[in-house]
Amino acid sequence: MDERKTVLQVKDLQTTFFTDSGEIPAVDHIDFHLREGEILGIVGESGCGKSVTSLSIMGLVPKPPGKVVGGNILFGDKDLLTLNEKQMRRIRGNDIAMIFQEPMTSLNPLFSIGNQMTEAVRIHEKGWSKKKAEGKAIEMLKLVGLPRAEEMMRDYPHQLSGGMRQRVMIAMALVCDPKVLIADEPTTALDVTIQAQILKLMRELNTRLNTAVLLITHDLGVVAETCERVIVMYAGQIIEEAPVKMIFDDPQHPYTKGLIQSVPDMRFKKDRLYSIPGSVPKPGSIQHGCRFAARCEFAFDRCLTENPELYETSDVHQTRCFLYDREGVEQHDNKALIES
Amino acid sequence: MTTKPLLKVEGLKKYFPIKKGILGRTVGHVKAVDDVSFYVNEGETLGIVGESGCGKSTTGRMLMRLLEPTEGKVEFDGKDLTSLSTEEMRKTRRDIQMVFQDPYASLNPRHTIEKILEEPLIVHGMDNAKERKKKVHEFLEIVGLSAYHAKRYPHQFSGGQRQRIGIARALMTNPKLIIADEPVSALDVSIQSQVLNLMQDLQKEFNLTYIFIAHDLGVVRHISDRVGVMYLGKIVEMADSEQLYAKPLHPYTQALLSAVPVPDPDFKKEQILLEGDIPNPANPPSGCTFHTRCPYKMEICTKVTPRLIEHDSGHSVACHLYSEQVDNDIKQLEGSI
Ligand SMILES: Nc1ncnc2c1ncn2[C@@H]1O[C@H](COP(=O)(O)OP(=O)(O)OP(=O)(O)O)[C@@H](O)[C@H]1O
Ligand SMILES: Nc1ncnc2c1ncn2[C@@H]1O[C@H](COP(=O)(O)OP(=O)(O)O)[C@@H](O)[C@H]1O
Ligand code: SF4
Ligand code: SF4
Ligand SMILES: [Mg+2]
Ligand SMILES: [Mg+2]
Repeated sequence: MDERKTVLQVKDLQTTFFTDSGEIPAVDHIDFHLREGEILGIVGESGCGKSVTSLSIMGLVPKPPGKVVGGNILFGDKDLLTLNEKQMRRIRGNDIAMIFQEPMTSLNPLFSIGNQMTEAVRIHEKGWSKKKAEGKAIEMLKLVGLPRAEEMMRDYPHQLSGGMRQRVMIAMALVCDPKVLIADEPTTALDVTIQAQILKLMRELNTRLNTAVLLITHDLGVVAETCERVIVMYAGQIIEEAPVKMIFDDPQHPYTKGLIQSVPDMRFKKDRLYSIPGSVPKPGSIQHGCRFAARCEFAFDRCLTENPELYETSDVHQTRCFLYDREGVEQHDNKALIES
Repeated sequence: MTTKPLLKVEGLKKYFPIKKGILGRTVGHVKAVDDVSFYVNEGETLGIVGESGCGKSTTGRMLMRLLEPTEGKVEFDGKDLTSLSTEEMRKTRRDIQMVFQDPYASLNPRHTIEKILEEPLIVHGMDNAKERKKKVHEFLEIVGLSAYHAKRYPHQFSGGQRQRIGIARALMTNPKLIIADEPVSALDVSIQSQVLNLMQDLQKEFNLTYIFIAHDLGVVRHISDRVGVMYLGKIVEMADSEQLYAKPLHPYTQALLSAVPVPDPDFKKEQILLEGDIPNPANPPSGCTFHTRCPYKMEICTKVTPRLIEHDSGHSVACHLYSEQVDNDIKQLEGSI
């Protein structure tokens, strides 16, 4: 059993977008927890609800059209969903920090790095002198491995490369010594050699500062190399959760299996890649049954009418698929027997 | 598979002028592609990999003369493309087609799929109206769509389907060579494998030759027979795909391969972490352009640009580590005689 304390618990979270073309349940009843000092991965294809999950936690869902319509997000003794904007801002400045895919969108192009870093320090450390805050800012830039940190304080975001900007974002996120760091595709826009640097940095900071990290990505390689535990999302739902080794050694959900087999492996040549037929459904487009049924080679009659729940297949492994519903499988087998 | 080169490129360069001030004076050049040579055999797939900005797309565009080379020769099917008139080049484009990364940006949103697919045939004066319609339907089926999709518009398709349409359009004129520039980079993993499989099937069926440009090293290994690695406008290594991935010679290739995250938590590899960033191609480092990041840098590296030299049969590398070896080998050989 994992003894570490839970720092963040998401319970039955539902976030919906109310658009002209209808309601989009982008995050549809999801539950998970994040432990102290762990790196938890959320993986899934585009549109499955990864970013909306993180925005919901941060209280940053664009409203309208979006709205968190249900659930709890427990952090310490608080439910973040009950806090007002001012209280949430305090959480974002002190306890939970977030970095995004494109650092350029979250750095202000009009202010120098030093200006923005110092500002971030002073939001956290009220009453610090400018000088003291600058010292801390430089220290943080050095911590994330930026050379010539002092000079960089005078630079503007456009003068830095993508990798350097992402380091600055991480430095800024870590200024407040957060308990939780949410990183939404932090390396997707970067080249692979730069990605390797940033992932290493995140792992080091996680070990050194014991910050819990929620790492969102669509890259199974990044997950395998960085995370301890993994959540797989599909069409707004969690469809599998397990320690990273189990996800890759013993994937259970047909989607997870297919996804892993679809990735070309650099180490050896496969003649032909496995491919999952069809395409990812838009959230809300499937009302009845398992959301993966139309693409699933194991689908049977029950999959078309009932929505599977997350079945526990061991203490640490959960799968949303009727094949793992012990009673259900028996029913299915019996039925097959009777029919044959 | 024959081993006749369908395309041969020699000393290809593209220098983009950097203009400054109101007079637009040229103050320097971005050496986007700097002396690139390679060949592609009929029926094979040549992969080109490298990080953002290394000149992959610029190379691809010059092959079709969508961009005029600053210098160099492109020989296709025995013809020197760089010396063709605009009209002759237009005709040749029927044999060379391109597939792009963003299928949405490359499909006219106001045209039906039928119109989009017909267009290359009309441009090249191929077939009559009835034959064209028939061909559109046929190719929609070939790429895994249906004839009834012909009346729809691009926005009515998913990303993967749009890429299938992009591929169908490239096939309409019966080309020999397809240059695919990041054709699966914008697609989700499950859709990416569908499109890669489709491209492999089509290659067999129509005896196509591919130049496959991508930054994903796993994808490139999967689809390519041979692979060229680019860094700052130059090819630094070129080899059979098997060889390149099993025994990379260039320090950059070694670092690049070691940096790719592998989807297997049990796999422990040795990672070579490169320091710093890719230098600015407007002001590339002297000598070997990789010397600012290379863990094996020697004195000569900052002064002399290494040439791409064949090290093993079919395996070329541009690095002084190996030219020295060649020199030593020669010396040893001379000594033993
Ligand atoms: N029209 C242009 N004018 C000036 N510079 C250009 C132009 N087109 C490309 N470049 C520069 O040439 C270099 C090579 O660009 P290119 O688009 O070929 O790179 P790439 O390898 O395809 O990169 P990516 O992986 O990002 O697609 C870059 O430094 C780019 O900024
Ligand atoms: N501002 C918005 N307005 C309407 N729909 C949205 C908005 N943001 C996200 N969505 C929808 O929510 C779903 C999940 O999106 P997102 O969480 O961004 O996916 P991803 O897993 O790729 O991060 C998608 O179907 C998306 O179209
Ligand atoms: S519930 Fe049925 S359709 Fe869904 S993944 Fe399992 S077997 Fe496939
Ligand atoms: S030539 Fe020198 S700097 Fe360039 S890759 Fe080889 S060893 Fe490194
Ligand atoms: Mg996202
Ligand atoms: Mg490109």
